[in-house]
Amino acid sequence: MTALNELTLAEARDGLKEKRFSAREIAQAHLDAIEKARALNAYIVATPDRALKMAEVSDEKIAKGEARPLEGLPLGIKDLFATQGVHTTAGSKILEGFEPHYESNVSTQLWRDGAVMLGKLNLDEFAMGSSNETSAYGKTISPWRRNGSDAAIVPGGSSGGSAAAVAAHLCLGATATDTGGSIRQPAAFTGTVGIKPTYGRCSRWGIIAYASSLDQAGPIARTVQDCAILLGSMAGHDPRDTTSVDRAVPDFEAAVTRGVKGLTIGIPKEYRVEGMPEEILRLWDQGAEWLKAAGATIKEISLPHTQYALPAYYIVAPAEASSNLARYDGVRYGLRVPGKDIAGMYENTRAAGFGREVKRRIMIGTYVLSAGYYDAYYVRAQKIRTLIKRDFERAYADGVDAILTPATPSAAFGLGEMASADPVQMYLNDVFTVTVNMAGLPGIAVPAGLDSQGLPLGLQLIGRPFDEETLFAAAQVVEEAAGRMKLPAAWWA
Amino acid sequence: MSVDEKTVRRIAHLARIAVTDEEVGPLQGELNAILAFVEQLGAVDVTGIEPMTSVTPMRMKKREDVVNDGGRASDIVANAPDTEDNYFLVPKVVE
Repeated sequence: MTALNELTLAEARDGLKEKRFSAREIAQAHLDAIEKARALNAYIVATPDRALKMAEVSDEKIAKGEARPLEGLPLGIKDLFATQGVHTTAGSKILEGFEPHYESNVSTQLWRDGAVMLGKLNLDEFAMGSSNETSAYGKTISPWRRNGSDAAIVPGGSSGGSAAAVAAHLCLGATATDTGGSIRQPAAFTGTVGIKPTYGRCSRWGIIAYASSLDQAGPIARTVQDCAILLGSMAGHDPRDTTSVDRAVPDFEAAVTRGVKGLTIGIPKEYRVEGMPEEILRLWDQGAEWLKAAGATIKEISLPHTQYALPAYYIVAPAEASSNLARYDGVRYGLRVPGKDIAGMYENTRAAGFGREVKRRIMIGTYVLSAGYYDAYYVRAQKIRTLIKRDFERAYADGVDAILTPATPSAAFGLGEMASADPVQMYLNDVFTVTVNMAGLPGIAVPAGLDSQGLPLGLQLIGRPFDEETLFAAAQVVEEAAGRMKLPAAWWA
Repeated sequence: MSVDEKTVRRIAHLARIAVTDEEVGPLQGELNAILAFVEQLGAVDVTGIEPMTSVTPMRMKKREDVVNDGGRASDIVANAPDTEDNYFLVPKVVE
């Protein structure tokens, strides 16, 4: 029999319903796996007592025939979501000791539906990073390794803890957030599935803000179906987030098996960037072939402003971050370092509490918003955002239902391999994912194969606004054709 | 555009982040690398283009003008480094 923590979320749900095992047993199996996987550093904090208590309630509900949609399913929560009474850090020293007295909307909905919390997952500090190396609570290590090598590989970021935990069977699924690719890039690096829904689909209430016009929550899980199940519980209107959209949440799970017959899939020529590995180009072509074989029409399209998305992002996101992170001033929560006056206290607190990457982005944001530069940088970037969105609108108006691209320009890299590069080299990881955030569209990353070194590679599908259903249907075709990714032996346990 | 050391110090002060003399040089290099990268946006013709202000076109939601929350001062100050009688304590601001 498969170990309980190696089941898919859908299999676990059905097994619990049929009483083949209890919620307590599956929670315990995960807690044991987490204990053995300390070397991966995927969890900042595990919450075993809470998990077992929630599992007990689930077992009672199941016994009474009152099981809720996610009853007894153990999940990990990215440590960017406020969880009541549980240390919430955003991966930053500046929030050391912060225990919110409230619960994020997304996690509230997961508990409402019966899910069980295993703990809080590691991330890049304030979700700023592509390798999970900027966390103040240590780097997360990917469960994947290159063939014949024991060198540590990054899980991607910023949702690196979420992706590593899902890949290593330390939870059935996890919450994550995506501002420039932080769900899809780590999913691609770890052979897992991750969807960033349309901006407005999930409430941002109770999620520690990075760049508010780009931030969006979504799930990472081991299958497309599991992601569809989780998103169904995470999504929905919340009056406390003014950008949360008041529209019905579709039955995402039902859309998974819909197929792609009759759909038109666009292949944007601008995503063939220079220096991209041959393997990724081949995989991309292969993905198009799979969709074609399943009945879709493949069409080359043009998204002419693609190359400007990443530089525009590095104006918009830091600008919003510099404003959002102004709240960490040593007064209301977290760290305080004394100074000679109140300004000195602010400056010393923020100098000690923020890591290098966060300071860099706050300072870039401060600069582009400062007097004399606002129009040249920020307003221009927002205009370019309009052009990027228009590119997509034209493609969709021309009859394209979804767009297929590689998820990342390379497979996962080794820990520390990017340390000497200038920050822009690291930013290039998000070159294929960031366009989607700039335009507010939904995007899913789905594993499609392994590279010559044995590391996973993913494809991305981009959809029309609020049409996550088509993404689930198309991603399912890719998943079935590629086969589930098989992790190398559990070297960490 | 690029920033000099003086500008780095000015930005750090505006951002309320203390920087040491040793940090200024590397920060200057990193900020200039990012600024050089975004320079390419100057090549785009944005004449007549509206800046994006709302990701999803929607009417601003307004809630009913009623008290729907409150009376939770102790929750709000619970995580503060220094408090007294549900007030945040800070160093003296006025002389």
